[in-house]
Amino acid sequence: MDYVSIAEWVIKSLILILILLAGFAYLTYYERKALARLQSRYGPNRAGPFGLLQPVADGIKLIFKEELIPGQADKLLFILAPIITVIPALIILAVVPIGGTITLFGREISLSIASNINIGILFITAVTSISVYGIVLAGWASNNKYALMGGIRATAQMISYELALGLAFIGPILLARSLSIDEIINAQARMGWFIIYQPLGVIIFWVATLAEVNRHPFDMPEAEQELTAGYHTEYSGMKFALFFMAEYIKMIAVSVILATLFFGGYRGPFVDQIPLLGPLYLFIKVFLLLFIMIWVRATFPRLRYDKLMGFGWKFLLPVALLNVFLTAVLLVLFPGLLR
Amino acid sequence: MVSAIREFARGLKTTFSMILEKPVTIQYPEVKRPVRTRFRGRHVLKRYDNGLEKCIGCALCAAACPADAIFVEASENSDAIRFSPGDRYASTYEINMLRCIYCGYCEDACPTEAIVLGDNYELSFTSRRDAIYTKERLLEPVSDLEKITPQKVNPREFDRSIPVMQDPVD
Repeated sequence: MDYVSIAEWVIKSLILILILLAGFAYLTYYERKALARLQSRYGPNRAGPFGLLQPVADGIKLIFKEELIPGQADKLLFILAPIITVIPALIILAVVPIGGTITLFGREISLSIASNINIGILFITAVTSISVYGIVLAGWASNNKYALMGGIRATAQMISYELALGLAFIGPILLARSLSIDEIINAQARMGWFIIYQPLGVIIFWVATLAEVNRHPFDMPEAEQELTAGYHTEYSGMKFALFFMAEYIKMIAVSVILATLFFGGYRGPFVDQIPLLGPLYLFIKVFLLLFIMIWVRATFPRLRYDKLMGFGWKFLLPVALLNVFLTAVLLVLFPGLLR
Repeated sequence: MVSAIREFARGLKTTFSMILEKPVTIQYPEVKRPVRTRFRGRHVLKRYDNGLEKCIGCALCAAACPADAIFVEASENSDAIRFSPGDRYASTYEINMLRCIYCGYCEDACPTEAIVLGDNYELSFTSRRDAIYTKERLLEPVSDLEKITPQKVNPREFDRSIPVMQDPVD
């Protein structure tokens, strides 16, 4: 192990975490502004010019809030649950490349932490499953029946939609013949964006990720009206901020993964000549995908929990299986696609 | 199936078209909406054009007030020191703004149209004592300093305390 490589990984990880934290803060701002404009009102525009300091104001408020641990709550699990939820959200993006390779200080540095491992997608599905633990622990450790119900519902929702998500991943894997994300991006460079070959797959993937991150219209676990805020009822201050952070960082992460798997990732015109255009293209794609998420939030009502589970098991799972079947048939009929 | 997708698309189009329209929010306090006619805001004690106060201290407003917010003490006018036409004027006139319900009964009860509810709604106090508005705060300011009360007037010119009433204008 040479120390320069270790230093490189450490610095890249730090940069990734800082980008995700800043991204989370301004995603809350972007969401509030975009949601407001979709609802014919202004968003936050008082804190700083155009309300740009609103996330800072929110962060300071949450730091100053009193941190309350309920009396009979399981202290260790109560404190551990938000941490378990937020850490997987931060590390999912370790296997997704932000750009190509750039040359800095005479050294070829690839703009990703570990995107050339040959089990990239397996890593993603494994890590997404860990964050389910944090939610059910939060519900249990709060010693509150509404929080417990919220936690159990959230867990059941997430594991049922993970199956459809896994099956939706199989489409790009078949087309790229590899689990490694670098390979998937190179395959898209050869074949064109995978959305052309996988229109159904994109929709299934996107609906399943909305359910994974507990986002409208699948956000029953945190529905304020039904469950008094669900699994994070008893949390205040910084611990609540960590749950919030986990949800928004997962939103960013799944948008990045969606952009990478179906929309070409960091590739775009002139990316080979100017490697720094790679992150810019990825940013633009993620920006638009997040706008679609916010747009859906502004438009559709929440799904009732039994209908949500019915939709996941009785509709989405068979359609995802159908998608795998169709992709496989397509590849058998046109073997020339995989050049 | 296709109809479901069409309905989704219709919903998405509706919300998207909201971005293209101007938001309906009014940016208070930089922009304030004009108040409606007959808006019942903060009380004002009116004067006549010659500067004399309209209020004659009859305390009908205090009697009419459902919240018991008005306190009136009357004193006698003389031609040398004249505050209002007629015998009496209100030497003490206080309204407790926290008790007031802004119903306008005092305005309806006043025989000389002295107390009216005006357009100002931006009131704030820092203590309960500060919420009791005295006559100085309620009285309408004079248009020029010659007309300030108390005035010295010619004898027997303002003997009639209640004027000839015209039809009300807002």
